[in-house]
Amino acid sequence: MILRELSANSIKEKIIKREITAQEVVEDLFKWIGLKESLIKAYISLDKEGALLKAKEIDEKLNNGGRVGLLAGIPVAIKDNICTWGMKTTCASKILENFTPPYDAFVVKRIKEEDAIIIGKTNLDEFAMGSSNENSAFHVTRNPWNTDCIPGGSGGGSAAAVTADMAFMALGSDTGGSVRQPSSFCGNVGCKPTYGRVSRYGLVAFASSLDQIGSITKDVSDAALLLQVVSGHDCHDSTSANVEVPDYIAGINSVNNNLRIGVPKEFFGEGLNPEIESAVKNALGIYKKNGAELIDLSLPHCGYALATYYIIATAEASSNLARYDGVRYGHRSQLSEDNIIDMYSRVRAEGFGSEVKRRVLLGNYVLSAGFYDAYYIKASKVRNLIKSDFEDAFSKVDCIISPTCPSPAFKIGEKITDPLEMYLSDIYTIPANLVGIPGISIPCGFTTTGLPIGMQLMGKHFEEEKILRIAKLFENETDFHLKKPGLK
Amino acid sequence: MKYEVVIGLETHAELDTESKLFCGCSTKFGSEPNTQTCPVCLGLPGVLPVMNKKAFEYSLKAAVALYCEINQFTNFDRKSYYYPDLPKNYQTSQNYFNIGNNGYVDMVVAGKEKRISIHNVHLEEEAGKLIHPESSDANYSLVDFNRAGVPLLEIVTQPDMRSIEEVESYMQTLRNILLYIGVSDCKMQEGSLRFEASISLREQGSAIYGNRVEIKNLNSMKAVSKVLTYEISRQSELLDKGEDVLMETRLWDDVNSSSRRMRSKEESHDYRYFPEPDLVPFWIKQEWIDETMATIPELAVSKRQRFVKEYSLSDYDAGILTDDKLLADYFEECVGLSQDSPKELSNWIINDVLRELKERKLNVQHFVISPKMLTELVKIKPTIGSSIAKEVFVEMINTGKSAHAIVKEKDLVQIDDTSELNEIVIKVIGDNPKAAEDYGQGKKNALAFLIGQTMKITKGKANPKILTELFKQRLSSISQ
Repeated sequence: MILRELSANSIKEKIIKREITAQEVVEDLFKWIGLKESLIKAYISLDKEGALLKAKEIDEKLNNGGRVGLLAGIPVAIKDNICTWGMKTTCASKILENFTPPYDAFVVKRIKEEDAIIIGKTNLDEFAMGSSNENSAFHVTRNPWNTDCIPGGSGGGSAAAVTADMAFMALGSDTGGSVRQPSSFCGNVGCKPTYGRVSRYGLVAFASSLDQIGSITKDVSDAALLLQVVSGHDCHDSTSANVEVPDYIAGINSVNNNLRIGVPKEFFGEGLNPEIESAVKNALGIYKKNGAELIDLSLPHCGYALATYYIIATAEASSNLARYDGVRYGHRSQLSEDNIIDMYSRVRAEGFGSEVKRRVLLGNYVLSAGFYDAYYIKASKVRNLIKSDFEDAFSKVDCIISPTCPSPAFKIGEKITDPLEMYLSDIYTIPANLVGIPGISIPCGFTTTGLPIGMQLMGKHFEEEKILRIAKLFENETDFHLKKPGLK
Repeated sequence: MKYEVVIGLETHAELDTESKLFCGCSTKFGSEPNTQTCPVCLGLPGVLPVMNKKAFEYSLKAAVALYCEINQFTNFDRKSYYYPDLPKNYQTSQNYFNIGNNGYVDMVVAGKEKRISIHNVHLEEEAGKLIHPESSDANYSLVDFNRAGVPLLEIVTQPDMRSIEEVESYMQTLRNILLYIGVSDCKMQEGSLRFEASISLREQGSAIYGNRVEIKNLNSMKAVSKVLTYEISRQSELLDKGEDVLMETRLWDDVNSSSRRMRSKEESHDYRYFPEPDLVPFWIKQEWIDETMATIPELAVSKRQRFVKEYSLSDYDAGILTDDKLLADYFEECVGLSQDSPKELSNWIINDVLRELKERKLNVQHFVISPKMLTELVKIKPTIGSSIAKEVFVEMINTGKSAHAIVKEKDLVQIDDTSELNEIVIKVIGDNPKAAEDYGQGKKNALAFLIGQTMKITKGKANPKILTELFKQRLSSISQ
């Protein structure tokens, strides 16, 4: 048995039963990170000292017969766009390279309260804008299954860390697929809950109406555990929903009777890699064998999802990123400035990478006088049409299953010069963000070249429990989630 | 003048809430720079706004008091522009669904009623404050974010004003309404009430508006009057010469009493408004509007008219009393207690109470003489006389004692008893035969001397009316 390969639930059980100390788990993990991080580069910063301190605290609590939290002793990685008090939060951007938040994000506060051990902050595309991790200002994270490949994005660091057993679970953020797409590329379980289910307070905003914090884990039970802790209402986030959180951990093992699974034709069309198509079809067959009814359906407006997304997301981003001006914090140009406009220009020209600049420009353009109605208002209307598509669909089915991505992980550098091609890799994940529904990606196979394939399950608003349960059913029947890349 | 002046006004009023619009920081004025800040109002990465309920209620109250149509669906928009005092480089404001539209303010100008239409009322956040070092070769500026995020109400009129007098009356009336409904302290010296004016001129009788000039940075009503006077003459001169007035935004320089160009129309901002995704829309139910309506007190304009009718006060006096709601309340409490003499109570308040308040820089609610005490003084005045009443009034302020107590303690009751006074008159005449003789010879001011002597003896308590009568009778009987 190799400790680091265990699931989060399993390692927690061993710690609680005191078969092993939390300190030993952390030591063991950092030893492995020391060996493999130079290859994978999943992290932007690590905090061994803090992790050991927390581990010691948990061990002492256990030794004294004290109560420990739901995440007792589990080493967790956090995407570096989620604020951690006293720990740098860079968003993989030069503009925030030395920014240390004076507060914890809601989710960070929650996992700390439940005795999680934060081990470090993971790499991402700058400000979560990208699908490959190549837009990080610091380095490119590599896919543990094939280190010539990207791990996906924007949460590639979190996904690679979990896959490479350099963290037991990770928190990410998903604006257009940034949890699900890298989870699919790295063979993890990646869950984006309903918009409003998890507070965004402390998540550095990319596109406020689409951003949602999610989990990247080794299996569905771990996802249920992490979501249990971070879900729920937060008075610091006006868009946080005051909806009761069910018991996910208990819920995932209940029986699925009369399951109706929707199969949307728009997600199996042109551009889909045939190996992925057959893996997902195969998975659907497993559901059918287990008594589920497969229902073909159509989500006619999903063809406009990508265009809609790139208007709304860039519009919001252009405004959310306006605050990075060097006045109060962040990068400040070393060159002399003649006036305030000069200062802004220098700070932002030097501080932002090209993808961020592209999106800020796009966003400013679509919000400009004379274009607002044609772009932003129209996109908002199309967004409503896509929402109605899903509402109609969910009147007939419990969950919708599709591939998570049209292709498996691609080579580093392969798509970086073609932004549109890059954007297409989020084509199946974006609708869930526009609609605000929960989506989860689970492993459902491998390509002939040995790259993981992900399948996406989408559910009704606030029905995370149901899609977790349906995902668990598949996991019980298969062992894709147990496969490990050959990193030894 | 050959031109008609067309003026519209935007008013910014800081709402009088304890905490800021989107966070719990204090709104106290005058603290050390950047001591009332937090991650939210500093615009740190990852923070989110949460609406201050009180600020929202105050805005609704103001919109209702200004007779606006209330948007039952209202939400907030981001207004984007870069400035170092604006932490997020966008201001959370309202553009598409303001809390109130199409209201009005009724006012009286030179005795005539005039209605000013309100285009909209909306809620937004205040910016911070730039502090420029005094030395001119300093290459930096400082920012104080204590003010950033303070709730700000913006009230925008239609271009309905046609003279500086109307603008002055509008500002007074609006300020008065905001004070009456208690949503802003309107302290101009603390920047709680600020204005922006837009002004254009056109030939008398013309139906087309002239080119409009906007002037920002007007921190007092006086500044508004000054800038408008300046602009009217500047624009008339241009028009007289046959030149065009440039559409532009100008900045008022209070120190030099002049305005200068800030930006032309071509350089005007594109604020790129879009709905604030971090706040949810607000639905204002009719019951909420009705409840708010019920909390609006009688406003000054109608109170003033009522005072004239009900208490037979002059319009001028009623105006002074109703200028401050607390003072009007004080007056009405007095009238209620005394059930009598509103005119006299009004005189006391306007002449004596207001003078003392001004001297002591006090608010009427903190004034030592309560309505009950003042009423009592006015009631016993006939027994002590006007001049002693004034002394008692001062004594009441100094000691906090009631008029009764002071009068009793100092034995100040007027001597009205004719026989008692008669004895004194006889004595005084006996002591001053020369004066009595003078009076008999037609020197009328001898009487004043004799009365003065009597007052000396009685310590001013002799009823002067009776006393005069008695002297006249006595002296005339002697001389006959």
